Amino acid sequence: MSRLLRALLLATLVAPPLAASDLVVDAGGRYRTITAALAAARPGDRVIVNAGTYREPTIVIGTPRVTLEGRGWPLLDGQGARAVLIVAADDVTVRGLVVANTGVSNLDDRAGIRVRDARRCLIEHNRVRDNLFGIYLQRAADCVVRGNEVVAHGVSQNTSGNGIHLWYSPGARIEDNHVSGQRDGIYFEFSSGGVTTGNVSEHSQRYGLHFMFSDSCRYERNVFRENNSGVAVMYSRGVVISHNRFEHSWGSAAYGLLLKEILGGEIRGNVFTGNSTGIYLEGSSHLAVADNDFLQNGWAAKVLANAEDDHFTGNRFAGNAFDVSTNSRAASSTFDGNWWDAYRGYDLDRDGVGDVPFHPVRLFALIVEQHAPALVLLRSPMVAILDAAERVFPVLTPEALVDRRPLMRPPR
Amino acid sequence: MNIVSLVLQAGLRDLARNRWVAAYALGFLVITEGLFWFGGTGPQVALSLLNVVLIVVPLVALVFGTIHVYASREFVELLLAQPVPRGQLFIGQFLGLALPLSGAFAVGAGIPFAWHAGAGPGGGALLALLVAGVALSVSFAAIATWIALRTDDRLKGVGLALAVWLATTVVYDGFVLGAAAAFGDYPLERPLLALMAGNPVDLARVLVLTQLDVSALMGYTGALFERTFGTGIGTGVAVATLALWCAAPLALAARRFQRRDF
Repeated sequence: MSRLLRALLLATLVAPPLAASDLVVDAGGRYRTITAALAAARPGDRVIVNAGTYREPTIVIGTPRVTLEGRGWPLLDGQGARAVLIVAADDVTVRGLVVANTGVSNLDDRAGIRVRDARRCLIEHNRVRDNLFGIYLQRAADCVVRGNEVVAHGVSQNTSGNGIHLWYSPGARIEDNHVSGQRDGIYFEFSSGGVTTGNVSEHSQRYGLHFMFSDSCRYERNVFRENNSGVAVMYSRGVVISHNRFEHSWGSAAYGLLLKEILGGEIRGNVFTGNSTGIYLEGSSHLAVADNDFLQNGWAAKVLANAEDDHFTGNRFAGNAFDVSTNSRAASSTFDGNWWDAYRGYDLDRDGVGDVPFHPVRLFALIVEQHAPALVLLRSPMVAILDAAERVFPVLTPEALVDRRPLMRPPR
Repeated sequence: MNIVSLVLQAGLRDLARNRWVAAYALGFLVITEGLFWFGGTGPQVALSLLNVVLIVVPLVALVFGTIHVYASREFVELLLAQPVPRGQLFIGQFLGLALPLSGAFAVGAGIPFAWHAGAGPGGGALLALLVAGVALSVSFAAIATWIALRTDDRLKGVGLALAVWLATTVVYDGFVLGAAAAFGDYPLERPLLALMAGNPVDLARVLVLTQLDVSALMGYTGALFERTFGTGIGTGVAVATLALWCAAPLALAARRFQRRDF
């Protein structure tokens, strides 16, 4: 297959360049099916699909530099029985299609649009609806997935797939897509160097964004909202997560942003609001957590003792049930220059920095982290008294995590 | 029954005269309305009001209850000199205490609830809070009556009432926290569930929390609570246990009243 591809590619380079032509697919035209038009297409051609419903066996694009473009939102219907579109050539563009209804299968990961062993594809402005997997990049390098609308109405994790799924697909750009109701909204596995910006991922059965073993990726200006378990990122290095919104992931196993075994990275300028846990750091080291807003979360930040040398600065903590929690009195992360709504200190020299250090981990939070069942005492008057007692007897407060330069005014 | 209503009327008149109850109702009215006023939604108000209810309702019921029973001592002795069945006298007297207390709370907190409940969510939580507050009023009024009937010395009686208040609102939870920390290696969810049922204040708190989504913060324990208390049957069990917390001290007080040599 790949030899054939290479031959084709070579042929296109050697052969005198022909003017690219448009092949129009239409119910009454020369090409009645997309498959027929694609079979006739040569590299560089455009296949224009006019409005209508197309029910064909799985469509495969095997010619490089082909553009498959819909006019008036043609519907490619999988009839609940098969994968709809497979891109298996380099430099292919797919645009303006409605791709729907692959049905659920436990044997193959059916996808609305699958890119397989291809480079530099461009998948943009499609409507991908009610598929097991929406857009699936499989060993596809340097692809762009832009402005698509991926919607599913899965009822459980077992019967739904991921919205935009990347597997061994380095250098991808995932931009301005809207994913809703899939299992994981956006999924990266073994796909390094990706850039994910401006997407909205919501109402996922599991995670809004899920990535593993994907180094040096950037995630910027995305919105992750009301996902069943929030966002989980694991086993990666050099991750930049900035200016995203993590909203309303609420439940006993839901996290705004869960980081596990992340080595080195930056979490900057994000907003965490209304999550049962805003950010959860487990075994994640050398992270800069800066300039984020933590508002109205159950726990703003859970920093486990095995998360080493993470540095929190310039963050705003307001309205959280617990600001910071940790599972040990000897945690090694540092807090410096954050603003805490629970801070009651003073600033005699008026330099904007409180003169009294702030200990964000309350005794109750520490006990709860070590003995979860103690949470039955949430909102008990006794806990309020415990907090008051910590003010009178500071020795009770866990010294582990301390902000020595708490800000007097919110930084933003 | 005639006696019951007669004694009840006398008790109510007595309470109306000293205006405590009206002030109590007004206090709850102001606090609740104020919480709504400052932009609170139903669940937020329920959560803010929860701590007030858990602290104030038992305290007022205990202190006010013991004082009331001591104050009506001579009236009871006078009636007992007549051919009056003791049971009916007791019921009348207790209702004369419990009805105004729970009624004042229900009116004070309930009017703003009813007024604002249409404006937002959290109706279940507000209703749970109302039920919890009324149950706590009755339960601690019964405990107060029992204490006052057991203890002749007024000072000792009020002191004992305060001790009960401290024990149920703070010390008990401290004990639970200690137990949770000490036996952390064991699966504690179910024993803790039982411990919560062993204290009306905790029971009321958990009942309200399970109606709010903060129970998600309780993790596995919360899930167990939600499954136990959050369902229709579970809520029924919790309310029934609260009712038991009203009935048990009341039975003790009634027995004391029957046997007591005035």
